[in-house]
Amino acid sequence: MIDREIAADPAEFGDVIELQDVSCWYGSFRAVRNIDISIARQRITALIGPSGCGKSTLIRTMNRMNDLVPSYRAEGRVLFESQDLFAPGVDPVAVRRRVGMVFQKPNPFPKSVYDNVAFGPRINGFKGNMDELVEHSLRRAALWDDVKDKLNQSGMALSGGQQQRLCIARTIAVEPEVILMDEPCSALDPRSTLQIEELMAELKRDYTIVIVTHNMQQAARASDTTIFMTMGDDRAGYVVEEGDTIQIFTNPKHRLTEDYVSGRFG
Amino acid sequence: MSAFSPARPVARFEPAVMRRKFTGTLFYGACLAAIGLLLLTLVALLVDVFVRAAPWLDVGFLTGVPSSRPARAGILPAMVGTFEIGIIVGVLTFPIGVAAAIYLAEYASDSRLNRLLQTNISNLAGVPSIIYGILGLALFVRALAMGPTILAAALTLSLLILPVVIIASIEALKAVPQAQREGAYALGASRWQMVSRSVLPAAAPGIMTGIILAMARAIGEAAPLILIGAFTFVTFLPNPISGQYTVLPIQIYGWAQRPQADFQGISAAAIVVVLGLMLVLNGLALIVRVRLSRHIQW
Repeated sequence: MIDREIAADPAEFGDVIELQDVSCWYGSFRAVRNIDISIARQRITALIGPSGCGKSTLIRTMNRMNDLVPSYRAEGRVLFESQDLFAPGVDPVAVRRRVGMVFQKPNPFPKSVYDNVAFGPRINGFKGNMDELVEHSLRRAALWDDVKDKLNQSGMALSGGQQQRLCIARTIAVEPEVILMDEPCSALDPRSTLQIEELMAELKRDYTIVIVTHNMQQAARASDTTIFMTMGDDRAGYVVEEGDTIQIFTNPKHRLTEDYVSGRFG
Repeated sequence: MSAFSPARPVARFEPAVMRRKFTGTLFYGACLAAIGLLLLTLVALLVDVFVRAAPWLDVGFLTGVPSSRPARAGILPAMVGTFEIGIIVGVLTFPIGVAAAIYLAEYASDSRLNRLLQTNISNLAGVPSIIYGILGLALFVRALAMGPTILAAALTLSLLILPVVIIASIEALKAVPQAQREGAYALGASRWQMVSRSVLPAAAPGIMTGIILAMARAIGEAAPLILIGAFTFVTFLPNPISGQYTVLPIQIYGWAQRPQADFQGISAAAIVVVLGLMLVLNGLALIVRVRLSRHIQW
């Protein structure tokens, strides 16, 4: 149902994803409310805000990953290439194929490095040269030199930073259009974190990236656009301010944003 | 950070390092004693059985049929009976048990009905085997008119161990981290692809362990089979779907209750044969396990 042809001309839209008045619920608890944001094509958009403000819920809504959570439901419209992801008949499996995701904790499969990367292409009926695709994906993830001699070793045996880059390689092997990253560096040391950030800067030539981060420096360093969220008295998260990263960090319009980015929050 | 800091309480620690270390050593000793006791009992049992069995264990015993004279008695019909039952039980319970577990763990929503079902299956695993014998007699032998055959026995034993297989498989599936499922989904996997290529291979070792234990139980059962018509004296190789049969535990039971010392001896020899058969079946399960998790490298 998600049809590639409809949005054949990417230049026609500046935004890949657009959220219109989105609210997310867990049972009777509203986790985020009335979100109106847009994600620009081939840019890095950072979602920042205090713990519990619904950043993860929101990013996991963008590829319907949160459908897996019992009692979760979303209201409003989540447009991907101007098609509503929550419209009846839209298959979340097809959505996730085009909107990939990298998780907070590296979660390689307990398989070889090669099989980790080949997993996505295999389940999606890839017919080309798998060896080439695996090498290409690992090179794109800046991991090839580290693992080219141990493609048959377990992906679990790599270091944390390498595992996360393996997960990125695995994601780009199915050639999604958007890569969602849910705090991808929170379990990594500073050096691995920097490697991932450099990788993101490299990947945005081909992909649209959305990253949730608790690390203010990371948002400032690595992103083009920043969305600042916080939560109200009802504990529902909402967007305070959305803008160029430089503007958000140097000249925020809202006091809440200024307090948060300058570390005076709470 | 905060301007207000409560008064620091007066520190009074009594580290008692020696005492804590002693407690640790004590616990270590208790664990060692437990495993020692276990091993000792097992070894004593095995040695005793093997010593009694040794004079009787020969090719003639393995290839012969039961006889009223111990020296000429053999175990072949019972061995074949147990083997046939083992194969049928394995072929039935493996797919049905695992499929039921996959449904309950991966497909069914976490509803009250689901939890009720799982609780009931756990309870079924604790029902005495003789009850399954009564069920097998009423259902398979009589209602479905299978008569007292290998097939009826295998079906009865399958019912007996299915709950164990299902519960063990559910536990193994639940032990696979949710992050593995999300990882597969994030690459565009359908639910079945996620289950078959990610969760099931990762859970395979645990599932196979459950099946091995359940099979061992099925093969060792005598009580329900007595009820559904296994014989103690069968001198021909059993046909799975018709005619009389016996199995090793029943053969052992039959011989062990005879007063003559020689029958005690061949009874011990039969026990050794059961142990051997169990090893063979576990070996088969091990091969399946290795094949299923061929690509799994934690």
